[in-house]
Amino acid sequence: MNFFFHLGRYFLLLKQVFAKPEKSSIYFKRIVNEIEMLGINSIGIVIIISVFMGAVITLQTAYNTENPLIPMYLVGLTARDSMLLEFSSTIIGLILAGKVGSNIASEIGTMRVTEQIDALEIMGVNSASYLIFPKITALVIMFPFLTIISIFIGIIGGWLAAITTGALTSYDYIYGVHYVFVPFYVVYALIKSVIFGFIITSVSSYQGYYTTGGALEVGRSSTRAVVYSSILILIFNLILTQLLLA
Amino acid sequence: MIEVHNINKSFEDNHVLKDISTHFEKGKVNLIIGRSGSGKTVFLKSLVGLQEVDSGEILFNGRDFTKMNLKQRKEIRKEIGMLFQGGALFDSETVEENIVYPMDMFTNMSLNEKIERANFCLNRVNIENSNQLFPAELSGGMQKRVAIARAIALNPKYLFCDEPNSGLDPITSNVIDKLIKDITEEFNITTIVNTHDMNSVMNIGDHIVFLYNGKKWWEGTNKEILHSDNKELNDFVYASELTKKLIGKNNL
Repeated sequence: MNFFFHLGRYFLLLKQVFAKPEKSSIYFKRIVNEIEMLGINSIGIVIIISVFMGAVITLQTAYNTENPLIPMYLVGLTARDSMLLEFSSTIIGLILAGKVGSNIASEIGTMRVTEQIDALEIMGVNSASYLIFPKITALVIMFPFLTIISIFIGIIGGWLAAITTGALTSYDYIYGVHYVFVPFYVVYALIKSVIFGFIITSVSSYQGYYTTGGALEVGRSSTRAVVYSSILILIFNLILTQLLLA
Repeated sequence: MIEVHNINKSFEDNHVLKDISTHFEKGKVNLIIGRSGSGKTVFLKSLVGLQEVDSGEILFNGRDFTKMNLKQRKEIRKEIGMLFQGGALFDSETVEENIVYPMDMFTNMSLNEKIERANFCLNRVNIENSNQLFPAELSGGMQKRVAIARAIALNPKYLFCDEPNSGLDPITSNVIDKLIKDITEEFNITTIVNTHDMNSVMNIGDHIVFLYNGKKWWEGTNKEILHSDNKELNDFVYASELTKKLIGKNNL
């Protein structure tokens, strides 16, 4: 019963979020601001994680592919497809669920417990739409860009690992990266990133918006935001993979 | 004027507001007083729709707030200014941005007009040279005054104040009380203040509603409160030794 209560309340909140804005120009400014806060400010961590992921995938694949019948350029192919299919959308999604999700839940939760949301409501502002819509829009726009950056940086990270350790030659790696490229995999990664962006922002906002109590509850909301967003990302990853790649 | 007829509010088995009826007059400071847990905050939040009442009517100049849809409520809320217990200033915005915010949302004023109005409101609450400060850089009293400035930015017809003196020293409390009183009279608005501060009761209480265990227990003015024979009210009013000595009811 508790699950259905939260599910119903989540969709009612979304209905409020996507109501007609009071003043579009204010919302536009907020979206631009959130693009910076949630998207641009996440580029650094995405680059760091991606370069190491690409490097580790390359080295692990190279060291586990010692059979002379398997050509070494397949290491490049594996690194590319791993980044495309899974790491740059799902793993970055999980990282952002931690970074962005906890930030959103604690920001909105603090606004709730300090009555700032009540203040918005008293002024006649649709607080759900004003606070949440720009966050959802910003991350849904920015996550595909972060995914593309991650794919690109991950492949470069793999190449750097390959040539610096001598696990395989630069030629083999680059040949592998070009080998049997399936363009739909990029579309698949971008579709996943849009949906994961929506999950992270909406679930975290929901947790923050319905925070009650004080600082302790804000912390709990923040934790729940990360846990539930992560679980939902994994579930939707499975569903989308079956739907799009089967 | 705001009229309240027979409102009830429960949280599961806890009946918090019990059949309360009263009225709050225009141009007067109306106080809701009572002990902690008597239902003051729930009553105040019910009046502005932050809590839904289970039954009864709340009439803003004859318009029943409880029967309004969301759109109609939004229109009424544009006539309401509210001072929250902690100020509820937007902590990511400067003092000036906080006051300009309602004008941004609901008016087509130019930037200069908005800043001019913000400065007028800040001057009215005796704050100067703080436009670019953030709420965290202000004292508690200043935060309350900025919150009042934001509340009056759109010339409200109704001003609600939830425990405006909580956490303030007696002198700053007097400043806030005087400000609320002056603004009420100057702009001829209906002001409702939720407080348990006896100093405020004596300073600004034009009309007082005393709540006890969720019921309206007594109603009158700050002159009448001194001569009441209501036991629960007297227990509340003369709870402080200082008040007893000052008003001379040592034998209560």
